[in-house]
Amino acid sequence: MASISVKNVVKQYADGFPAVNDISLDIGDGELMILVGPSGCGKSTLLRMIAGLEDITSGDLFIGGERANDKAPRDRNLAMVFQNYALYPHLSVYENIAFPLRLNGNFSDDEIRRKVEEAADTLELRDHLERKPSQLSGGQRQRVAMGRAIVRQAEAFLFDEPLSNLDAKLRGQMRTEISRLQRRLGITTVYVTHDQTEAMTLGDRVAVLRKGVLQQVASPRELYQRPVNLFVAGFIGSPPMNFVPAEIEGRKVSLPFVSFEVPQEVADQFGDRQLLIAGIRPEHFEDAALVDANDLSHSVSFSAHVDVTEWLGNELFAYIPFETSREIHDRLKTLARELDSESLRTQLVVALDAGSRIGPGEDAKLTFDASKMHFFDPVSGDNLTRELAAVAS
Amino acid sequence: MKQRHGAWTVLGAILIMVWAISPVIWIFSLSFKAGDDINNNRFWPTQFSLENYDTVFSTALFTSSLRNSIGIALISTLLSVAIATVAAYAIARLDFPGKRTVLSIALAIAMFPAVSLVGPLFNTWRTVGLYDTWLGLIIPYMSFTLPLSLWTLSAFFKEIPWEMEEAAQMDGATPWQAFRKVIVPLAAPGVFTAAILAFFFAWNDFVFAISLTSTNAARPVPAALAFFTGESQFQQPAGAISAAAVVVTIPVIILVLLFQKRIVAGLTNGAVKG
Repeated sequence: MASISVKNVVKQYADGFPAVNDISLDIGDGELMILVGPSGCGKSTLLRMIAGLEDITSGDLFIGGERANDKAPRDRNLAMVFQNYALYPHLSVYENIAFPLRLNGNFSDDEIRRKVEEAADTLELRDHLERKPSQLSGGQRQRVAMGRAIVRQAEAFLFDEPLSNLDAKLRGQMRTEISRLQRRLGITTVYVTHDQTEAMTLGDRVAVLRKGVLQQVASPRELYQRPVNLFVAGFIGSPPMNFVPAEIEGRKVSLPFVSFEVPQEVADQFGDRQLLIAGIRPEHFEDAALVDANDLSHSVSFSAHVDVTEWLGNELFAYIPFETSREIHDRLKTLARELDSESLRTQLVVALDAGSRIGPGEDAKLTFDASKMHFFDPVSGDNLTRELAAVAS
Repeated sequence: MKQRHGAWTVLGAILIMVWAISPVIWIFSLSFKAGDDINNNRFWPTQFSLENYDTVFSTALFTSSLRNSIGIALISTLLSVAIATVAAYAIARLDFPGKRTVLSIALAIAMFPAVSLVGPLFNTWRTVGLYDTWLGLIIPYMSFTLPLSLWTLSAFFKEIPWEMEEAAQMDGATPWQAFRKVIVPLAAPGVFTAAILAFFFAWNDFVFAISLTSTNAARPVPAALAFFTGESQFQQPAGAISAAAVVVTIPVIILVLLFQKRIVAGLTNGAVKG
């Protein structure tokens, strides 16, 4: 087991396109680090550079304190689980798992048998050892790929979107399984995913990437509560954070549907900017009818026309369209494209208590907690109020 | 509706079977007719006899030509498959300038009409001393079987997922181990297919065989069949020719039956998601 350290690493392709641009990252011994971002952000490239499958254009890679830039993949002693599993179709499950041990050459047949069976027991593959990969289900193949990784004493595990080929239900189960396995073995792990739920639930720390540039490395909690910029704020959370234009006049903040005053310390962060983008998470809204009047200390109340509602049993999503300036609209459109989503219209998504009786086409009275809002610079996208954001422990 | 469709399929299949197999059965039947039984005006022999086979195997013309056929076909197959495997691997895996040119030239060569080559080759081989030698046939055969194998194999290699090799490297394999333990077993069906196609080309060829040979030193079976004679000038050699034809057909049938399963590549199934 070893720590992995990446220093100012750059990957530039022949056409000059930098897929990974000056990334530095320290992954501690036994830590589970998630690399997350929309497609094309360079997360897989970074993982493949750690694995040795991709050359490092410049910068340094250290594995267990040793510079590994020029080491061949097999000399780095890392185990990797591929997105499509890459099982050897001509070998049985047993031989697939035993493959790395046989290559090593230092194990007797008895030792190999013992180790393979141990791995198979961990992953509940005991009954399938003699079968070929083509006879297995997607989830079983995924477990064989994991078995091949855990059977040897690797320095670290590398996962390249290991769950993206599974259906939603199985993905949830395997996610827990991977988490349990990683904690039990205590092995350093780098896990690439584009799924923010996986990132939030699995990681000790999460690194968010965008166009080859590292945006923020933090615990899931910190990413959620104190995102550094619009991109991270929009990427983490489901449904995503609402972005609305905010016009500033001193302490007064005017949103398309309500105006209110912010504390002086917040207003100090705005500088002389007139127009900001305000971010409010859907779950920070509440149906005013369901809130005790005494709890409204931080809250801002407003009434809005609800367009569509979606009742999910545990909560209710309400959609509230609003108008915005062309400038902000274009900015949000660009952001949506970067986040792999499509914003057809500017609208608020509001997650309310399932007990709410608000229906589509109604005017609803809502409240939100202004202290949980974020304000972003519309040009740079920086979060101006990050330092002030409360971190609930 | 569905059943009618099934009936038509069966009927079509039977028609094709009769069309394809009856000449083969006719040759078999002829080869077992001894002496003048050939003229018995019936499909099957009046008396079952191995006389023609005895004749055929005691003629030097046939035994030496059989040896030539086997030797020449095997050597040209082995050489072209060995070279094509390495070349196709490079074409499938590496990006180098002129890759498309190599493939299209290979295709152009494979399409080139053999007859137009025979005249010039005949003259050249006589001058260089390759006329009526094994090598004199192996070279023209390879010029056709090599491009053929190259195409078959490069298409096949492209189907093998790159990740297999990367996974092997991550598991601690050297590039050579990855090639030998992962790529070769996966490519085996493709190599067999290419080998069989190449072998058939060399085995069945008549144009080069008849034009570039003159004696038993290098003459393969298809050419030798034309030189068969009856026991007397009044007897037709049809029986002996049939027996010889059967003898050269059998290896082909055995090969196909033997490697049918390997040719039908189902091996890569389950390697990746699907």
